[in-house]
Amino acid sequence: MSGSALRGQVAIVGAADTDVGVLPGRTPMELCVEAALAAIADAGLDKSDVDGLITCNAMAQPMLYHAEAAAEYMQIFPRYCFAAGAGGGTTFSVIHHAMSAIATGMADVIVVSMADAMRSGLTREQAMLVQASTGHPEFEQPYGVTVPAYYALIAQAHMAEFGTTEAQFAGIAVACREHASRNPTAQMRDPITVADVLESRLIADPLHLLDCSLVSDGGSAVVLMSAERAADTAHAPVYILGAGEGHSHEHISAARSLTTSAAKEAGERAFAMAGLGPAEMDFAQLYDCFTPTVMVELEDLGFCAKGEGGAFVDSGALLPGGALPVNTHGGLLSHCHPGNPGSMFALTESVWQLRGSCGERQVAGATNALVHAQGGIMSSHAALVLGKEVG
Amino acid sequence: MNAEIPSRVQPTPNAVSAPYWEACARGELSLQHCNGCQQFQFYPRTICSHCGGTDLAWQVVSGSGRVKSFTVVRRGISKAYAAPYVVALIELKEGPSMMSTIVGSEPEVVAIGASVQVGFEAWSEDIQMPVFSLT
Ligand SMILES: [Zn+2]
Repeated sequence: MSGSALRGQVAIVGAADTDVGVLPGRTPMELCVEAALAAIADAGLDKSDVDGLITCNAMAQPMLYHAEAAAEYMQIFPRYCFAAGAGGGTTFSVIHHAMSAIATGMADVIVVSMADAMRSGLTREQAMLVQASTGHPEFEQPYGVTVPAYYALIAQAHMAEFGTTEAQFAGIAVACREHASRNPTAQMRDPITVADVLESRLIADPLHLLDCSLVSDGGSAVVLMSAERAADTAHAPVYILGAGEGHSHEHISAARSLTTSAAKEAGERAFAMAGLGPAEMDFAQLYDCFTPTVMVELEDLGFCAKGEGGAFVDSGALLPGGALPVNTHGGLLSHCHPGNPGSMFALTESVWQLRGSCGERQVAGATNALVHAQGGIMSSHAALVLGKEVG
Repeated sequence: MNAEIPSRVQPTPNAVSAPYWEACARGELSLQHCNGCQQFQFYPRTICSHCGGTDLAWQVVSGSGRVKSFTVVRRGISKAYAAPYVVALIELKEGPSMMSTIVGSEPEVVAIGASVQVGFEAWSEDIQMPVFSLT
């Protein structure tokens, strides 16, 4: 069976975020459950309708059996239940799995809920573990490589190979902030300029503080079911037209390339399943833990040619009202970044954009969208093509 | 050990990587070479990452290479690492790439493509860590 058999078979029928930002005293499990129940209510369903649950573990509250604990907390009794771990790419990798679970009858109604409290909930030991958990323990970590430093290696290589400038990376942070300024739920809403980014403290050359994403608390969830059954739910369904993944390495020192990532394969596979291309996307949500990731993703996902990401950013395409608004909620750079759950907020935002309920920041006439997430150091990529119509 | 200054992250050699660290302790950079396909690999593995063969032998290599990418870390990972310091990906003359640092010059003069040569720096009593200098 070809993967394209999944095209349009599954719809997102519920979506919800908790508050995000600085939420002292809230545990990741509370946030995970709050998001899940709110997404179920948004779908017009009861928790007893849910027979599938997918979560991810929380850095601030690690558990051996996270999804089971969340199900127990809510008193739901799923027949399909697991917690996944592929870093920031976990979010859409599990959506891909959930699609196939629904198509094959493993579950009928799946909730995907993820939350963490990276800002308020980490003990000193957990914070150390977060830093230490990135990189090869024997051949990378001894050199004192920070998380921004890993991504700075990608930025420097892109600059050397294509002449990309620091100002062009900064333009990505500016665009995300412009979107966030129109989103009342975003953690950082005051507009910034390219000069503000370039004048912010250098963290790992060429990355400045404002090239780096936020550290946040928060949770986000969606409800999935078959497109057939979705016709009767509370809101217009958002169909998953395509899904694709690409996994190229774990350690950046072992990457095939610094400037071309497996977002290329993920995007090609998702677009092929959807029967659509980059030019047909009305907006895109691209994983933005640091600004250079967006530069590489714009190119690898086919929104511009390899090496032309900088010029594409300069064109203003990413801004509100631009040719390809990117991260319409503000992204990890300005909306929130509670660790691995981060891109779930890009998915819920996309659902609301395609429902047409985004108010001031609504992308006019939005019909199709590409959402992308990555984990590791540009290691694991997952892309989804979403649409208002199965077509 | 001084309790107030945390030590740098120490590698823990295992059965496969032990010859690499033993070579470092002698002041030599040694890589696994595949007798099947005649290619080098890094990091050490039980199989050849090029052809899947298992006939691997350790070979001392030139220790010369070029800077594939680098960054200057301005905010160190811990007090054991005095910022600013360089983190660099080095492409060795023999083919494989490895993470390292560049020592002996101001971070500002490091550039992608620059030629480098390996040296060794004590990370602990037992571990000599490969580091590179501009040539
Ligand atoms: Zn071989």
